Amino acid sequence: MLRKRILPCLDVRDGKVVKGVNFVGLKEMGDPAAHARFYNDEGADELVILDITASHEKRKSLMHVIEAVADSIFIPLTVGGGVRTADDVREMLNAGADRVSLNTAAVKRPEVLTESAERFGTQCVVAAIDARRRPGDAGWEVYIYGGRQPTGRDALEWAKEVEQRGAGEILLTSMDRDGTQIGYDIDLLHAVSTSVTIPVIASGGAGVLQHFADALTTGGASAVLAASLFHAREMSIAELKSFLRNKGVPVR
Amino acid sequence: MITVVDYGMGNLRNVRRAFESLGEEVVISASPEVIERASALILPGVGAFGEAVKRIDALGIRRAMLEHVAAERPLLGICLGMQLLFEESEESPGARGLGLLHGVVRRLGPGLHVPHIGWNDVVPVRPSPLFPAEGGVFYFVHSYYAPASEWTVATTEYGIRYAAAVQQENVYGVQFHPEKSQQTGLGMLRRVIAVMGSHQSTPANEPA
Repeated sequence: MLRKRILPCLDVRDGKVVKGVNFVGLKEMGDPAAHARFYNDEGADELVILDITASHEKRKSLMHVIEAVADSIFIPLTVGGGVRTADDVREMLNAGADRVSLNTAAVKRPEVLTESAERFGTQCVVAAIDARRRPGDAGWEVYIYGGRQPTGRDALEWAKEVEQRGAGEILLTSMDRDGTQIGYDIDLLHAVSTSVTIPVIASGGAGVLQHFADALTTGGASAVLAASLFHAREMSIAELKSFLRNKGVPVR
Repeated sequence: MITVVDYGMGNLRNVRRAFESLGEEVVISASPEVIERASALILPGVGAFGEAVKRIDALGIRRAMLEHVAAERPLLGICLGMQLLFEESEESPGARGLGLLHGVVRRLGPGLHVPHIGWNDVVPVRPSPLFPAEGGVFYFVHSYYAPASEWTVATTEYGIRYAAAVQQENVYGVQFHPEKSQQTGLGMLRRVIAVMGSHQSTPANEPA
């Protein structure tokens, strides 16, 4: 049976792991390769690196961080941040990434999803979507540039479009919940995961064990991502997996 | 020593590193001469079937790989590399695979999340030197699959039960990524190294 996946995410800035609350207030949390080795050994199912300031500062992620992390693990690695073109995707794959996520660049020029999928396969292309709830039950809006710029686009419509354009997976972050530890936005997850046929990774808001179970069952997510909760060692992956197993959620 | 075929499709770095972590020497090459003479070949790959076929033919390494197999030396295809062992794929109609195994690669679904991404059970259906009897949980990421057939040595279930691993004599293939399957995967690669060594009673042709 296909297992649900637990993905620690390393938000990286200037070569260091950082974590912000609601996309601001970044705090340093250490060496990416050291975190990566720890998670590989602890039973993480994949690892994600996001260079969170890349889009904003108009620069590419540091390749040596990707190389150092890729060389530290024997589990899949997804990398994102500042990826603009299929050549950027190639560069990250060469540095050791297995999949590459596109966010701002895909909104600005959606063809980059198709171009990357045609060259490297849909399974290499992850569409990262940062969504914020609109006031008055009007769905969710897509934001770009690390959550700094609203796009006017509806998150559900955009999710369907990224699938149709060749993304093999969606990394869906609730900006409202990110860093709050009050739980994933289950309504958002459910709405997106029932609108597409590609897997959806839940991101933003995990605080306690039950939040992960909710995202993977009610939310319909194929995988759950968390960052500071794991980095601060507030929760171990082993503890989380044991909890999920007892809830009947298939995990490795 | 293991030779990894470099045809521009996918993450050779990770395959190399996994073997090297087990103390195996790895050569990465796109040269027909090197490929034909290799004592053991790995054909990795991610991406589209048709693009892979195009690159294999552009590099002129199709014949070298077939000669390598004809000389009874071992070949292991990983992921797309396993699919390329077959004749063709629904992914790229008209593109000609290596045809070492009869059959057509098909698309997963409908009614499933595709790609099939994540860790899933690999269940041996007959004894294979690649797996312990109980099989294991390995990492998959793919949208196309080889239907179960006489070549199947292990299966996986995702909507249907299909070939997770195949073997015909010295031709081996795995749909999953052992190099990404943590300790279970490294355990399998250790077996691969042993299996590849066992085929090497036929000495590789040395250049004159």
